[in-house]
Amino acid sequence: MRPSGLRHEIEELLAGGHWHKAAARLRVLWESEGGVPLAGYVVSAFRKIAPHIDLKPHRCAILRSFTVEPIVPVLKACALTSGIDLEVHAGEFNAYAQELLDAGSPLYAFQPDTVILAVQTRDIAPELWRNAASAEVINRVTSQFTGWIQAFRRSSAANLIVHSLETPAAFSQGVYDSQLEENQASAIHQVNRNLRKLARAERGIYVLDYDALVARYGREQWGDERKWLTVRLPIAAPHLAHMASGWMRFLAPLAGRIAKAVAVDLDNTLWGGIIGEDGMAGIRIGSEYPGAAFLALQHALLDLSRRGILLAVCSKNNPQDAMEALRDHPGMLLRPEHFAALRINWNDKTRNLREIAEELNIGLDAVAFLDDNPVERQQVREQAPEVMVVELPPDPMQYAQAVRDYTAFERLTLSEEDRERGKYYAAERQRAELEQSVSTREDFYRSLDQEAEIMPVNALTLGRVAQLTQKTNQFNVTTKRYTEQQIGELMRCPGWRVLSIKVRDRYADNGLVGVAIVHHRGEISEIDTFLLSCRVIGRTVETALLAWLAEEARALGGKRLQGWFIPTKKNAPARDFYREHGFALRSETPTGQLWELELEGAALRCPEWVRLLAAVAENA
Amino acid sequence: MSPEIFNEVCGIAADVFAVDSKTLHSGSSPEQVEAWDSVQHLNLVLALEGRYGIQFEPEEMEGMKNLGQIATLVSTKIA
Repeated sequence: MRPSGLRHEIEELLAGGHWHKAAARLRVLWESEGGVPLAGYVVSAFRKIAPHIDLKPHRCAILRSFTVEPIVPVLKACALTSGIDLEVHAGEFNAYAQELLDAGSPLYAFQPDTVILAVQTRDIAPELWRNAASAEVINRVTSQFTGWIQAFRRSSAANLIVHSLETPAAFSQGVYDSQLEENQASAIHQVNRNLRKLARAERGIYVLDYDALVARYGREQWGDERKWLTVRLPIAAPHLAHMASGWMRFLAPLAGRIAKAVAVDLDNTLWGGIIGEDGMAGIRIGSEYPGAAFLALQHALLDLSRRGILLAVCSKNNPQDAMEALRDHPGMLLRPEHFAALRINWNDKTRNLREIAEELNIGLDAVAFLDDNPVERQQVREQAPEVMVVELPPDPMQYAQAVRDYTAFERLTLSEEDRERGKYYAAERQRAELEQSVSTREDFYRSLDQEAEIMPVNALTLGRVAQLTQKTNQFNVTTKRYTEQQIGELMRCPGWRVLSIKVRDRYADNGLVGVAIVHHRGEISEIDTFLLSCRVIGRTVETALLAWLAEEARALGGKRLQGWFIPTKKNAPARDFYREHGFALRSETPTGQLWELELEGAALRCPEWVRLLAAVAENA
Repeated sequence: MSPEIFNEVCGIAADVFAVDSKTLHSGSSPEQVEAWDSVQHLNLVLALEGRYGIQFEPEEMEGMKNLGQIATLVSTKIA
């Protein structure tokens, strides 16, 4: 459809109050021709829609050494079409240092979730921009960054995204620069290396590789010297949207808009042609054109799976035909074992997507959908607006890039669990088979041979623990989200315990899959957080962990163990958790229920079939 | 200047200023349109540059008085 037609359609949907459909069409419009000209329209259209649909609020401050005002509407439009309602505060021009250093500055008053430090080499390190630099200059620029980051951490627990320094298009010494071992470029790269090291040493500090972003679009194309010299805008009009996307790659995961799985169509998406018609010999997949375009997509998908994103197949096909191609076609990179769920049938895609989400134990809003067919995409957008539908370009040669650029696939940290996730799900399929073969549930639990290890959180597990509080939606009694920084602070608070649980069974080491945070205060111990990854729920390790909390509370002289259940759209699996373990309802408020267990005489015990290894109490 | 170009420029300006394009005409100027401040002026210039693949000189940016004149300037640049 032509864009003007699409806008007309959106206007009618808005007028008719069809908010989800209007949002879906706006996404298509933005993904096909997003940029400065369209940003104002998309933002004002979403202002009408926002009260009626689910958007994640996020507060973002931009500290800058250049004009960012024209990028702000583009960034907001990117965010809104990704499901994020972004509040933006732009710092005063060139006041980034004062704002970071002064605890009373407007930056901190804004209470940002995320701060972007958008600076360029020529502003914060003019020596590096103009000349080949000495070690002394490199150290000075590095310590400048150190000071800013430390000051920021003293005043705020927010995330900080720092632009790396970009190299100039032409070096001050011309081609002679590239004859030197230590030159202008290497000095800038050294600062960037130091910056990455600084960021890694702190929680919630991330580096945006501005040098790589500029290089991707070409140094000479990226800049606009006239706009820089007149209005202090260094980025040319066509690339303002690319700057906004660069920021979005961080903001999407930080605001929690992440895809945990991607469901992929087969015909003309994972391979070229139609397996049911063209047959094994006719479909196009392999290292030569035209199959190479599809192979490139498979490589991109394999990269996602290495980030912990589960792959699934969602295809209208005869299962025999499709499985034969998946298993045996010599050109394929992805095989059945790469996929955590398979739906190959003639049912409609929305139904299959719902089943996939259910089978993988994730919300429908954590599923991304990849399909070459715009009709299927629109249908899914309308029937299941939560699904993240990737707007694939018409040309298969651009599929891989579209997947690599999709912000919901970005991850800012990667744990060992993330890398191994695909394997856990394969083990889960085997467990499901076993469950069918044993007669009683207890026999099933015994046959699993489970071992649970409960430990206070430490520097090695801090990242994963924070990640679980951010991502666990289903078995989570209070759904409190914590950053690594906040978990670190809780660990040091007197009376607070932050515990993690690792679970192994005969099929797999499930890794760190649960978190409990307890506040012990005299006779009452209150459970602040109790969550388990859906990978292990329903196998009684939740009982093992809760029993352990009761035991510890008792040992510390507690009389009662309390816990809130705060209902959300997704945590129904945890609703009866306290009741089922002998807790009594103590009080009820509009936000939730407070449950309480009298520790004396309580029957709560660790199930006999769970072997408990507990590294006890060094920081209670 | 063709009416198509004017209408398109007008539509882009309406999006940038977040107003109904029917309220804009060739005489619309920063004095009359409330949202048309210096930031929005820059946004309008960038939107036009992005849309038509053109570049305005600093003097041209400063000399833009109203939508009619801007549309004429765009026409000469894409001609």
